[in-house]
Amino acid sequence: MPDLLLELRSEEIPARMQRKAAGDLRKMLTDGLVEAGLTYEAAREYWTPRRLALDIRGLTARSKDIREEIKGPSTTAPEQAVQGFLRKAGLSSIAEAHVHSDPKKGDFYVAHISKPGRAAEDIIAELVPGIIKSFPWPKSMRWGPASAKPGSLRWVRPLQSIVCTFGPETEEPVVVDFEIDGIRSGNVTFGHRFHAPGAITVRRFDDYVSKLEAARVVLDADRRKEIILADARNIAFANGLDLVEDEGLLEEVSGLVEWPVVLMGEFERDFLTIPGEVIRLTIRANQKCFVTRPQSAGEDLSNRFILIANIEAKDGGREIARGNGKVVRARLSDALYFWKTDQGDLPDLDQLAGSAEKFGLDLKKPLDQRMARLDHLNVTFHAKLGTQGQRVERIKRLAGELAPVVGADSALVARAAVLAKADLQTEVVGEFPELQGAMGRKYALLQGEDASVAAAAEEHYKPQGPSDRVPTDPVSVAVALADKLDTLTGFWAIDEKPTGSKDPFALRRAALGVIRILVENNVRASIAQAAQRANRYASEQLFHSGAAMLEGDMDTVDGETEYFLYSLRDQHSPNDEETAIQIIDEDGCFLPNGSERRGFREYGSDLLAFFHDRLKVYLRESGARHDLIDAVLSAGSRPISPLVGEMSAKPTEGGAVPPASHSVAPPSALPGISPTRGEIGQSPNDDLLQIVRRVEALGSLLDTEDGKNLLAGTKRAANILAAEEKKKTLVAETVEPALFREDAEKMLYAAVNHAEKEAGQAIKNEDFSAAMLALSVLREPVDSFFEGVLVNDEDQAVRANRLALLARIRAATDQVADFSKIVG
Amino acid sequence: MTIEIPAHMHPSRSFQGLILTLHNYWADYGCLILQPYDMEVGAGTFHPATTLRALGPLRWNAAYVQPSRRPKDGRYGENPNRLQHYYQYQVILKPNPPNLQELYLGSLEAIGVDPLLHDIRFVEDDWESPTLGAWGLGWECWCDGMEVSQFTYFQQVCGIECAPVAGELTYGLERLAMYVQGVDNVYDLNFNGREGAEKVTYGDVFLQAEQEYSRHNFEFANTSMLLRHFEDAEAECKALLDAGTPKPSDNLAMHRMVFPAYDQCIKASHVFNLLDARGVISVTERQSYILRVRNLAKACGEAFLKTRAGGLAAA
Repeated sequence: MPDLLLELRSEEIPARMQRKAAGDLRKMLTDGLVEAGLTYEAAREYWTPRRLALDIRGLTARSKDIREEIKGPSTTAPEQAVQGFLRKAGLSSIAEAHVHSDPKKGDFYVAHISKPGRAAEDIIAELVPGIIKSFPWPKSMRWGPASAKPGSLRWVRPLQSIVCTFGPETEEPVVVDFEIDGIRSGNVTFGHRFHAPGAITVRRFDDYVSKLEAARVVLDADRRKEIILADARNIAFANGLDLVEDEGLLEEVSGLVEWPVVLMGEFERDFLTIPGEVIRLTIRANQKCFVTRPQSAGEDLSNRFILIANIEAKDGGREIARGNGKVVRARLSDALYFWKTDQGDLPDLDQLAGSAEKFGLDLKKPLDQRMARLDHLNVTFHAKLGTQGQRVERIKRLAGELAPVVGADSALVARAAVLAKADLQTEVVGEFPELQGAMGRKYALLQGEDASVAAAAEEHYKPQGPSDRVPTDPVSVAVALADKLDTLTGFWAIDEKPTGSKDPFALRRAALGVIRILVENNVRASIAQAAQRANRYASEQLFHSGAAMLEGDMDTVDGETEYFLYSLRDQHSPNDEETAIQIIDEDGCFLPNGSERRGFREYGSDLLAFFHDRLKVYLRESGARHDLIDAVLSAGSRPISPLVGEMSAKPTEGGAVPPASHSVAPPSALPGISPTRGEIGQSPNDDLLQIVRRVEALGSLLDTEDGKNLLAGTKRAANILAAEEKKKTLVAETVEPALFREDAEKMLYAAVNHAEKEAGQAIKNEDFSAAMLALSVLREPVDSFFEGVLVNDEDQAVRANRLALLARIRAATDQVADFSKIVG
Repeated sequence: MTIEIPAHMHPSRSFQGLILTLHNYWADYGCLILQPYDMEVGAGTFHPATTLRALGPLRWNAAYVQPSRRPKDGRYGENPNRLQHYYQYQVILKPNPPNLQELYLGSLEAIGVDPLLHDIRFVEDDWESPTLGAWGLGWECWCDGMEVSQFTYFQQVCGIECAPVAGELTYGLERLAMYVQGVDNVYDLNFNGREGAEKVTYGDVFLQAEQEYSRHNFEFANTSMLLRHFEDAEAECKALLDAGTPKPSDNLAMHRMVFPAYDQCIKASHVFNLLDARGVISVTERQSYILRVRNLAKACGEAFLKTRAGGLAAA
């Protein structure tokens, strides 16, 4: 069967687009061929910077003939109907139609249409131009004289030529002939731009690949990658070095060359005083070169780098290596300058005293200066969420409150919080934003900060995803939690929640981060309470900064923010301190009056539900059963209302209390301190760690025989109850032992009483395994009860009493989980 | 094309030799060799020979050197690679010939860059000028890892679709000269190709000016005057465009004052750059200034299409 070779040769295609474009080409063409009634055995795409190619094997030579009949009107139908039929069937006269007879309908016209199969060449010639014209490049352009007219061909860069040949292996392939905007398909291509400038005539894929190879073009990108990687490792090894591998860079570089030649360059050792990550990123981002390190010398880099040229230079690459070395040196000079500058004094120190005082900074230290400047310059965090300085203030307050909960030293947490974002003002992070945190840690250590404080500068951003490391140092934990909770509550308050696949502020990641930090560090904390506090700080700030902005120049504020600020002002005079405070009462409400009131009560439960969703994802990914999570959450939401109620203190009389008196909460209400459940009245569902432990314990219980039978028994009890409740059968309020007739009843009653008490006590002690164990002993008496006792006794009092006993089983198990949610 | 040139005029020895070689190469191809525009601009693209002539259907092939000013890039003469005043070599070909890449590579060979000795690469770079309302696709051209030129197929200029598309080549002359002369500091470039007492370096010509202009750009430029100048240039640009607008009674609806109006647009753009260097423009204001210049450029471009040079057919 014939094979198809297609090559679209153009000027240099951006490296990042090549792989996808080649894949799109394969999919579009093979889909089109199949749709046109052809089949193929295999298809594979290839690409270089200057071409996309497609090799389709075993294509059918023509599509099948198709016959169809189109029924027409009766032979006695009026002329109008006959004409309509002719148009529809594409016939020129009624003589071309056949007459069929039907015993009921009589004679009527039928058109016999036969569509002969088409030659594959014709199908290809029709398909390819359409694909080229509608190709989904992320960005495309027009060019040349043709672009004078509207609707001219667009491609990623000027398209130069098209090779399209078709034919079986045993015969000379033919050129599939077509033309697009003056480019005519053919069998001629070109090799390497400099090594082989002449034209090459090709027949089919096999000689195409070998002729290109002879013309210094390696067609297969994966082979180019293998060559680069192997040669780079070898050249490094031969010089006593190890290549620092980088898949992203390898992919990019393989898209920049048709004929990879690996060379080594070097720079002065003096530059090695720059942190390795900075060197690596400098060389990677600007020069697309790899770095190396001495063999078995840890993380330190060597002063040699590896570059990939596109030619076999006459001088063996000496000039190329020298030239690249020069550019690398210039770039590293900049990096070294940044690194040194960041360790020196800022020129505008005299203006930073105010900010320094606000955060208790020591302006003799470089990182302190940067933090002061971050605040002084009013760098925006988000138009509606204030400046970075304000954000650091909030994080500091919240981290301070979390410190005792996570067992961290308060002074260290305070210091870590004010330095955590300071590196955003450093030159290195300005150049390489991905180094935020890592640089903060380095600079903090250089100025003699406590190791925990320095670590927190980096670790408070963690975990960055499901597989990233979770911070364990209590100082990092406190700042990381505060940072993430501030982000979440802030964006929740301004209604920038994730929707569908859109999560521009990475809020899902932040919530997962909070969950992982709490669970993996065994931290008990009330999410709602901490979030509420974060929200209150944000509200206070928003109100005050909003009022200040309204007094200033509104020209500098975008329309949406302006609307937001005015809606704040319209509902209370900014000069009226009492109203001002009222809107940021203990509940952290934003807008005090009117329909737009959006207090924490309202969106707080929404945020908690978001946490639960993320928790489900987290638990499911760690192997927990979906129904068990629902069972635990369902049970947890029932006894106590989930979010509001006992936990949030009521505003004091008149509500006009300055925020300062709110910010210091009574010690027993510190977020998350919950020595025993009930003492601060928090919902069990608000404590993520507790949910996780319950799910784990429930899972273990259901793995046992006793657990499985207990589940079955409980469900049976619940089903009977539900059925009888539906029938409005009387269920006694309490169980009356005097009405027991059978031993099994008495035994079950005693067991339920015992288990309920034991389980309750265990839950109070937060020993969920013990609670489950206490419940599991119910299995035997429940089984005997169902075996030996008929619930529906004729005596109504006895029946009502037995139903009450069943209700007790349900109540006992409800303490740990809603068994009705469990599957099986 | 091979022209025997004396050693002191060779690009590897002489900055001016580099310019003359490029002039020769592009003149031989068929370009008009124009002179720099006599106003302060941020890049060769601002020259009306590019901005305006890239619009409309008429053929246009030109090459010229354009002194370019970027007030913010001043380093008081202390940085070996950064200048607030430097030269761009600009080539504009409309419509772009199909072999523009080959032509460009030919120009590199002409100044002594051998493509089998040096690694020349076309690396993705999408060009955009927010102030000119212009964008195009193309590459940074690398020579042994160093960006020596920009290569752009203009898609839009002054907010107007280019029809046909023009190809633009911009050579960073100092950088290219440093490369072919093998010099690490721009001020060490040999300007005239002579040696000994006759030798004049780039530093001899420009170092003092760099120091003085850095002071001016960052410390002394009169900002209240500049703010006024910006307003004036903006108003004048609009007034001239209004005054030149074709009247309903005209036989041919031809605009009569595009070039003078465009000068005011250039002026506003440079004044904005100076104000930016003086640090008196906040981040949010910055956007609105850029938008104001862009609106002027758009209006000029639209007016240009109503002129003979813009392709308006004679009556």
